[in-house]
Amino acid sequence: MDMGTLPAGAAMSPAVASRAIEGAKMTSRKVCVHYGQKQALFDVDLDIPSRQVTALIGPSGCGKSTYLRCLNRMNDVIDGCRVTGDIRLDGENIYDPKLDVVMLRARIGMVFQKPNPFPKSIYDNIAYGPRIHGMAAGKTEMDEIVQLSLERAGLWNEVKDRLAQPGTGLSGGQQQRLCIARAIAVSPEVILMDEPCSALDPIATAKIEELMDELRENYTIIIVTHSMQQAARVSQKTAFFHLGYLVEWGDTEQIFTSPRDERTQGYITGRFG
Amino acid sequence: MTDAVFTGPATANGVAKLRRPDLSEGRIRRRYAAERRFRLYGILAIGFAVFMLGFLAITVILQGSSAFWQTRIALDVAIDAATVDPAGDRSEDSLRSGDYQAVVRDALRGLFPEVTGRADRRALGDFLSNAAGMVVMERVLADPSIIGTTQRFEVLASTDLDMLAKGKIRRDVPEADRPVKDQQIAWFDRLEAEGRITSTFNTAFFTTGDSREPEQAGLGGAMMGTFLTIVTAILLSLPISVAAAIYLEEFAPKNKITDIIEVNINNLAAVPSIVFGLLGLAVLLGFFGLPRGAPMVGGMVLSLMTLPTIIIATRAALKAVPPSIREAAYGVGASKQQVVLHHVLPLAMPGIMTGAIIGTARAMGESAAVLMIGMVAFIVDVPGSITDSSTVLPVQIYLWADAPERGFVERTSAGIMVMLVFLVLMNAAAVIIRRRFERRW
Ligand SMILES: Nc1ncnc2c1ncn2[C@@H]1O[C@H](COP(=O)(O)OP(=O)(O)OP(=O)(O)O)[C@@H](O)[C@H]1O
Ligand SMILES: [Mg+2]
Repeated sequence: MDMGTLPAGAAMSPAVASRAIEGAKMTSRKVCVHYGQKQALFDVDLDIPSRQVTALIGPSGCGKSTYLRCLNRMNDVIDGCRVTGDIRLDGENIYDPKLDVVMLRARIGMVFQKPNPFPKSIYDNIAYGPRIHGMAAGKTEMDEIVQLSLERAGLWNEVKDRLAQPGTGLSGGQQQRLCIARAIAVSPEVILMDEPCSALDPIATAKIEELMDELRENYTIIIVTHSMQQAARVSQKTAFFHLGYLVEWGDTEQIFTSPRDERTQGYITGRFG
Repeated sequence: MTDAVFTGPATANGVAKLRRPDLSEGRIRRRYAAERRFRLYGILAIGFAVFMLGFLAITVILQGSSAFWQTRIALDVAIDAATVDPAGDRSEDSLRSGDYQAVVRDALRGLFPEVTGRADRRALGDFLSNAAGMVVMERVLADPSIIGTTQRFEVLASTDLDMLAKGKIRRDVPEADRPVKDQQIAWFDRLEAEGRITSTFNTAFFTTGDSREPEQAGLGGAMMGTFLTIVTAILLSLPISVAAAIYLEEFAPKNKITDIIEVNINNLAAVPSIVFGLLGLAVLLGFFGLPRGAPMVGGMVLSLMTLPTIIIATRAALKAVPPSIREAAYGVGASKQQVVLHHVLPLAMPGIMTGAIIGTARAMGESAAVLMIGMVAFIVDVPGSITDSSTVLPVQIYLWADAPERGFVERTSAGIMVMLVFLVLMNAAAVIIRRRFERRW
């Protein structure tokens, strides 16, 4: 191997893998992603523990979103994107050709960086997922799901009188919580969040962080964030990506107090990135 | 080492020279002058376009608006039983075979007892349209009891009298150069002085088919033919092209074959319509033996023409749907088909409908294609179904523009006005539909 061109992270992968978690909700081994000719991720080995918040941090363009999108096969819809390696959910290979990707996405929900409610009513935004998955056997059951999801996302009190109004008419923070409610309405096991607070003010951010803390009891959460403070506040595990390599991951406390790699050290102290 | 590669803008003494924007007055003045010039060009361009459009509209309206009024002659017609009811049994067959033209002609001659010569009487008879008896027949059929009485009718005047009444025949040209002679003008003036020349709204213009006689020629046949053709074209092309566009845009793999298909669709949009007409002639008429000049065939040919336009518009509309909406739908576990049908298509609908209507409006004004499949014949009947022979508005306008009679000049312009109204209505529908379907995201 030409060590001159490859950053040291490539050589570290086995060492990272050796610290695999027993009974992890999701595991990835040697995950590589190419966009056409360009490789965006290099041999990522990462375990996601069940019912905890895992934060993905790293400088812009390092592949955090790319990795996140591998986990629910959202990269499938991008032309020219090729994923290799092995990603498992509860020990089951999610890239198995026999696996139904639609059912996978019902088990792994996603919240995007920019709030993207459907241009439909608030009610229909939440009800859409349960409806296409046949989760409710009638209007009352559906109403129940909608109310429960909005309550869990902390939005119910604000919108309960205007459920028929368009979801796009809400404020940015409300829209993002609507998207979270929409994701949890289909009762996923894992929720992926790609910079969910980047468009929000501190108060809305605090609400969503609080929400993540509550959701952690029932869901496995993976969050991409650019805010060190946020990662430190909400996550139990943190993974640091750099130039397409997973440089280091472990307990959040350990990453932030005593990082092993100097690049991690440099990033969290704000010396580069 | 790396410092040597790029040192940045530095002066000899190692301090970067501070560059400030040039705020000199001359420069700023030139900038504003350039901006004013640019605006002026824009205003001139728009002014020119508006002027040309206004010029066109005004000439057409000046020439054509008179066609919406029709000159009639009020006559007291003695309905002679022997003439209108040859069999004498008051049966419909008999009443229909009566010579109503004769009773109307007699009524007109009765007003001018001094006219006796053969030629003069013929000249007087030329005031009447050869369909002048129609109103009498209709009234008699509705109520046979008026036979034998004298009733007042407003009968259709001939095109010469119509033109004279509308001032389209100038009296100051030498007698030999105009279709109505001095004596006829004198008769006309007398009729007018007696208040017998009336002008009524020309409803027949919108309900009847073509005719050799200008005063009887109507647009009804062409309007119906256009309507049937357009409906056929939309019903065929909209579903086919939307399905094709959705497949190409959302489902088809991106490879050589789809590239070739895409290029060909774009080329198809630029093919001259006469080629589609020839194709229709060879395949639809020649091979499948479909009826000549039928709106069905015209609709098929026009749908071939609108197909690429709608496909391109639909693909553009689908592309314009923000990817975040698709991601959101995929994210909750929707299948590809659900994403397209539940989210992308509704959002693309305004664009699709606009494309479809504008494409169809363009096809409606197209005459070359339908000429080839025989929608150019002289057809008197208003088509009742998509298999009847008929013509369409642009072809009717073309036929009238070609006719030598003076009376067709105003009809041609009136036809253009009706066609423009059709187009404006369709484009307005496109705008309304876009507004109605438009949603924020
Ligand atoms: N659709 C795509 N096509 C081609 N290249 C892409 C695509 N998406 C991402 N990339 C490339 O892959 C690399 C990783 O991108 P990614 O979006 O995962 O970064 P990120 O860590 O999420 O960055 P940010 O923090 O700015 O969101 C980048 O170099 C990017 O240019
Ligand atoms: Mg990202």
